[in-house]
Order: sequence, then C-alpha cells, then structure tokens
Amino acid sequence: MPRPSFISRLERPDRVVYGALIVIAGMAALLNLVVPEGSAFHMSTFTVTLLGKYACFAMLALSVDLVWGYCGILTLGHGAFFALGGYAMGMHLMRQIGERGVYGNPELPDFMVFLDWQELPWYWWGFSSFPFAMAMVLVVPGLLAFVFGWFAFRSRVNGVYLSIITQAMTYALLLAFFRNEMGFGGNNGLTDFKDLLGFSLQTDGMRVVLLVTSLLALGGAYAICRAVTRSRFGRVVVAIRDAENRSRFLGYRVEHFKVWAFVLSALIAGVAGALYVPQVGIINPGEFAPLNSIELVVWVAIGGRGTLYGAMAGALLVNFSKTYFTGALPDAWLFVLGGLFILGTLFLPRGVVGVFTKEKE
Amino acid sequence: MTPAAPAIESRATASDQNASHDVLKGAIIYLEGITVSFDGFRALDELDLRIERGELRCIIGPNGAGKSTMMDVITGKTRPDSGLALFDRGTDLFSMSEPEIAMAGIGRKFQKPSVFENLSVAENLELAMRANRGVWSNLFAKMSKEQSDHRDSVLETIGLTAARAMRAGAISHGQKQWLEIGMLLMQEPKVLLVDEPVAGMTHQETERTAELLTSLAGDHTVVVVEHDMEFVRSLARRVTVLHEGRVLAEGNMDFVQNDPRVVEVYLGV
Repeated sequence: MPRPSFISRLERPDRVVYGALIVIAGMAALLNLVVPEGSAFHMSTFTVTLLGKYACFAMLALSVDLVWGYCGILTLGHGAFFALGGYAMGMHLMRQIGERGVYGNPELPDFMVFLDWQELPWYWWGFSSFPFAMAMVLVVPGLLAFVFGWFAFRSRVNGVYLSIITQAMTYALLLAFFRNEMGFGGNNGLTDFKDLLGFSLQTDGMRVVLLVTSLLALGGAYAICRAVTRSRFGRVVVAIRDAENRSRFLGYRVEHFKVWAFVLSALIAGVAGALYVPQVGIINPGEFAPLNSIELVVWVAIGGRGTLYGAMAGALLVNFSKTYFTGALPDAWLFVLGGLFILGTLFLPRGVVGVFTKEKE
Repeated sequence: MTPAAPAIESRATASDQNASHDVLKGAIIYLEGITVSFDGFRALDELDLRIERGELRCIIGPNGAGKSTMMDVITGKTRPDSGLALFDRGTDLFSMSEPEIAMAGIGRKFQKPSVFENLSVAENLELAMRANRGVWSNLFAKMSKEQSDHRDSVLETIGLTAARAMRAGAISHGQKQWLEIGMLLMQEPKVLLVDEPVAGMTHQETERTAELLTSLAGDHTVVVVEHDMEFVRSLARRVTVLHEGRVLAEGNMDFVQNDPRVVEVYLGV
C-alpha cells in the first residue's frame, strides 16, 4: 500500500466514502468493459449510466446538506442550481452537434431553425468552447446564489419564509425556461446530443468515463465539504444554525457566512447538473420543478442531515427505491416517498446513518 | 460642557473626541438622556447613567423597569429615540452596528444561557475568541500557541477544564452560565454586561459565580443585572435601582435598601 500514513489519518466515514467510490469506479470499468456481455458478471451500460446518475444525485444531496444540515438554511429550490449547471453543459453539447442536426444548419441548433430564428442569441456565444462552458457551469449557479443569498440573508429572511422564496425562485425559472422566446429550447429543452470533446456519448467507454468523472467529482465535492465543515468556518456556520443572534453578538457577520456557504453549495449543485446531462442525454425545464427540489430535501432528511455522508446515503437509498418502485409499482412511488419521509422523521430523527452512529456527548 | 446641557447639543459633539472625553471623565460607559418608546410605552425615559472603569456595578429594578432595554441600547440591539451613549474614549455607540460594538469591547451575557449546544465547550470558547471574524480567515484559521493558552486559562477560570471536550448542550445549567461568561472573557472585553447570571442556579453555584464576577472586576468593568437580592448583596459594590426607565437611586446596598422610594417601588410595601 502506498503511503499508509495518509489512509490511517482519514476518519472512518471518510475511508468508507472514498473506498466505496473507488470500488464502484473500478467495478464498473472492469465489469462493463472487460467482462464479456454474455457473462453473469457483466454490468450493463444501463446500470453504468444509472450509477452515474446516482453519483450526480449524491453530489446534489451533499450540496443541500451543506446549507441545510450545517447552516440551517432549508432550501427548497436547490434543483435550480443543478438545472442551471445542466443547461450550461447542455448548451455546449448542442453547439457540438454542429451540422449533424435534423435541419443540418451549421450555425443554429435545431430548435432555433424550427422557430425560424436567423442568428444565434448573444447568450449562446462562447458555448462552443468547452472551457467557457465549464466556467459557466460554475459562474451561472454561483452568481444566482450570490445575488439571491445577498438580498435574502442581508434582509434576515429566515425559516419558512426563506424556504418559500427559494421555491418561488425555482418556479420562476421553470416558467421562464418553458418559454420558447427564452432561447433554451422551451418545453423540449436541449437534447439529441452527439459527442463531448470529440468522443461519442453513446459508447460504453464514454459511459464509464462519465461515471468515473462523476465519482471523482463526488469525491472531490465530499472532500471540499469535509474540509469546510471541519474548519472554524464550519463551526461558525453550525453556531449560526443553532443560535443566529448569539453569533451576531459575538461579532460574526451572519449574512456573509450564509451567503458563501450558499454559493459553495450552488457551485457543487451546478457541477452535479453538468455531469448529469451528458449521461441522461437531455435537459429540460422539468428539472426546475419545485417538486424536484423538495425531493432533494427528503433524500437528505432520510439519510441524516449534518453528516455529509448521510446525505449521500439518503440520495442513493431513495433513488434506488425510486428506480425499483417506479418499475414495480409505478402508481405507488409517491406514496412510498411520502411514507419514507414521514417514517424517517418520526423514527429516525438523525436519519438512516443515525442508527449506525452514536451521538457525541 | 455643563451637566444640564440638552441631549441634542451633546449628541452633536459626540464625534468630537475631546469634547466627549470631557463628558466621560474616566467613565467607560456614559449614557445621557436616553429615551426608548415602544408603541407609546416609554421603556427608557431620559435615562442618565455612568459606569466607572473597572467597577462592578449591579443594576436592579422591578420587571419593566428598563433593565434589559438599557442593555439592548448599549449593545446596539435597540436604537433609542434620543440621547447620547459614549464608550471608552468617546466612541459614539449609536454610530456602530451590533458586531462593531461587540468587537469594540462590550460583551453581553444573556439571561437565558445561549451557548452553541452542538459544539464542544472548547469550540464555544474558540468561536468567542478575539480574532478576525471574516469568512476567508475563518476558513483557514488555526489557533496560535498564545490563543490556545488563553483558551486554557479561561477554561481554568470558569472551572470547565475537565469538561472541555463535552458537547455544550450536555453540561449543567450552571456550567452553561459559566461557559457564557468564559465566552465573554475570550473576547477580552473592556465591559461585561451580565444579565441575571444566577437565575436557576444552586446555592453553591451562586456563590461560585459571585466569586468569579468579583475576581473579574478591576481588569474588566462588570455590569450585572440581577433580581436575586442576596446575590447582589454578596457582590455589593455600587447598586443602581431603575424604575420606569429612570434611575431611582444609586449607592451601596445598604443605602439603596433604606431609601424609602426604593422600598416602595421595588419591595412593594
């Protein structure tokens, strides 16, 4: 083993998280690409993509836990940052299609040709460039979170009022992105993607690469969240969650801490969205639906908030159930989700992971 | 400036360091003509008060006398309708925000112990430590040797060395009150405002608290708001009695207790 001292310095949850990510990445690569298709051990490309989606969801859950679990900001609009990151990636993928679209127009995406637009709107400029698009994946959600947070936290909007305006924010974006005139493909969104960085999105190899990239990003996001929550910044944020006025009396600018925690969270959500889109092959305004954002909070609540790994576990658990129940009992899914939330809140106040960890006294 | 000068005029000179220094005359907190009304009710009515540097002052008074409002005014939580409040070397408290006042050296302990329950005792002290409050500096902050030494000495002073790693939510009520006082000390304040420190404490804890506060006076200026007369007597330095937003009497405990007006409003006889 190289550098055992490094591994032994990690705390147990970290070892489990990083270990699991490495194992999943290795298994997927091996079982999908090396093991032949006929074998019982072969992992289907469908499963690989499903795991990739879960990794993005886990990252999204992580971002919600950072602001809700640690800072006490119950955001019900975090899907908006995920979707914006997704749209930034989707726009790049649209530009990559070039003249291979249905209308074969080298200048304009199909939906613009369909709407009889003559030229590319200014806000699509630059998205042909991969680095520019990746910068936008961070800049757009980050900027929205900053502006939103700045006004909300400076005016000391708290609790349920804040939750409601986060819902309003994502709903407003949903309505805006539905409009064809917005230039983001309206109702249909962006789809029919061909390739990324010159590699076709349809090959098994690319699917595994996307999964591994998502797992790497998840590991990176986890490491960043761990470092932040273990710093003094993290302790201040917990102090704000538990006694906001007290923190203010100690001289902390509560709104500054909240806004930066919110921005960091939005950046992570944006990256998760950007990784999600090439794997599912579509981004449409449905991602802004308020219900999606509420579901995120349910993942974190069920997994156990304020632990980071609990949020990831919750995202996996709920989404595995979702995949199963929407296949087995499609009509029952929402009842199952509601039931999980109610039972989780009643019997597992510290979430599923709370069952396995002892409370610190 | 004559003591009879109207509040408006003295307010105008507040920014002038020399003039306001004259008014302070060695006091660390100087309040003049403070009026605060809530919906027509005058919580503070032309209140004048001066607290000398290094003294231990007790403020007593019946419910609604304006004790908490006075604390709110000094810490910037409540803005008065009129009046002048100077601190230390003539700083105008009304031109400062709550965090600025806290950083300038006025620390407040609330009536209800409000420690950060999910952080350890030592972490509570760390957050209260006099240090840069900025977001970025806290992201990369590490405690220096002097800082952790200071924290350890405060732990010693408040008698919580053994409980340092415990979750603050899990220690006893009295210990929480001491932790709060420790958090004030970490800020190295010039003035400690202490709101009902012994409410709900056992007899032993009360005694221990009196010792602690007495030992802090001198290096710090300590202002205690308290209902418990026995406790006030055990601290017994200078006592100020508030009534209906004004100072009713001021002096040592025996003097105030024998003042007929105090007997009438406070003891209700």
